[in-house]
Amino acid sequence: MSDLTADPTEPQVDEEMSRRGFVRVAVTGVTLAYVAAIGYPIYRYLNSSVEKSAAMAAVKDVTLDKANDIPKGTALMFKFGIRPAMLIHHEDDSWVALDAVCTHMGCTVKFDAAKGNIHCACHGGTYDAKTGQNIGGPPPRPLTVYKVAVNPTSVTVSRV
Amino acid sequence: MSKVQDYLIERLGIADTIVYAKKKTVPIHKQSFWYYWGGISLFCFIVQAVTGILLMVYYRPGPEAYESVRQITFETQFGWLIRSVHNWSATIFLVSVFIHMFSVFFMKAYRKPRELGWWSGMLLLLLGLTFGFSGYLLPMDDLSYFATKVGLEVPNTIPLIGPAIANLLRGGLEVSEFTVQRFFALHAVILPILYLPLLAIHLWLIQKHGNALPPTEEAKPESERRNMPFFPNFLAKDLAMWLITLNVIAVMASLFPWNLGPPADTLAPAPEGIHPEWYFMSQFATLKLVGRILPGMWGEAFGMTLFTLGLVLWFLIPIFDNDKANGVRSRQVTYFGIFVVAVLILTTIWGYIGL
Repeated sequence: MSDLTADPTEPQVDEEMSRRGFVRVAVTGVTLAYVAAIGYPIYRYLNSSVEKSAAMAAVKDVTLDKANDIPKGTALMFKFGIRPAMLIHHEDDSWVALDAVCTHMGCTVKFDAAKGNIHCACHGGTYDAKTGQNIGGPPPRPLTVYKVAVNPTSVTVSRV
Repeated sequence: MSKVQDYLIERLGIADTIVYAKKKTVPIHKQSFWYYWGGISLFCFIVQAVTGILLMVYYRPGPEAYESVRQITFETQFGWLIRSVHNWSATIFLVSVFIHMFSVFFMKAYRKPRELGWWSGMLLLLLGLTFGFSGYLLPMDDLSYFATKVGLEVPNTIPLIGPAIANLLRGGLEVSEFTVQRFFALHAVILPILYLPLLAIHLWLIQKHGNALPPTEEAKPESERRNMPFFPNFLAKDLAMWLITLNVIAVMASLFPWNLGPPADTLAPAPEGIHPEWYFMSQFATLKLVGRILPGMWGEAFGMTLFTLGLVLWFLIPIFDNDKANGVRSRQVTYFGIFVVAVLILTTIWGYIGL
């Protein structure tokens, strides 16, 4: 009977090894569970303001009271969600709204009324003030253009 | 692996330390259980440091203090949990510190050569209580406002210089956003700067002198005493206690999240049944009691003097009970200890009943 299973000490050693292995796996598992149970709340806690900011950034449109009154040849800086943006009333009475963050290194750009373009002071990038196209300097991409609706007492800017 | 080990051991020059650590033992006897409470206190302190830093990420001292704690508690993901853990861990920290202190006292572990361990421990306790007092104001809700107002009346009773000290702590004649601002500096900068080196000395002394034996054990001959190695036996048990503590903190913080009262309002009357945290309850109740027997200013002064003298006596115990002969119990000191514990417990219970 038992002598059929060969040397009786052999399986005992195996069992000892597997018990050791089991304990190792169990301890590692429990440790990982604790790390996750502590790490997850801490991650969510630290990320909480990021989530809030992302929610604020997700706005679809912004209505700017009395923005319809801004003179021709000037620009109005405003926040589209949390990003700086600009509303330009051109001399030809056309309206353009653009994201005001330079696509090169993230500086806020400026409308240059005299030259009729948009200029970034950080590295000298320039954009077309009507299309947002990058026309000079290091910027790799055009500025994002928004849709503009001029109302009797306000201007509504929305994502295209 | 062992190459990296050898490299580090040699470059750090810690070969001697490792030999020493391997020889380090912890005595086994009936009172061994009490050896864990210092470690539990240390664990809670680490939890306080971690959660404290996390709270600092969103907390704004000064006029926005209440609003920022409200946001942490109700708007930030898991903010309520971090805040509750900070509060519960503070409570358990002080419980374990008190247990640690009294077990050291009754084991006579303050005797030569461990006097500095006792004194550094007492300073750590006082700093710990100051941590509690200063942290309590930071949410600036109604309870913390009145607790601080009342608490600052204590330094106010010091003759001559008292009012000046109280005003300096308050940053004005009344508790205001300036008080919160400087209590935050105290709580998060000054106290840690004082606490950490003192803690390092305290821990170093324990490594140096090892665990003290209670007099009953010291009376036994060397051959009858039992020991366990510190590495890994005692450390494993210590870590097990830390795990239990962590679980207790987690359960308490989840099931009984810390409350946030209405914002502090200087014109609102103090809420009914207002009382300090449990660790100041004994003093609170005693002052009330003394006030009944001896009303007015003198009662207050008498009570405060009594406390100060009691604390000084407690602090100086290693000098009174310096009996170096092993195994000799100094009964009076034990009775004094029992008396102090009894007074603390009874006045605390009385304080809660009298609410």
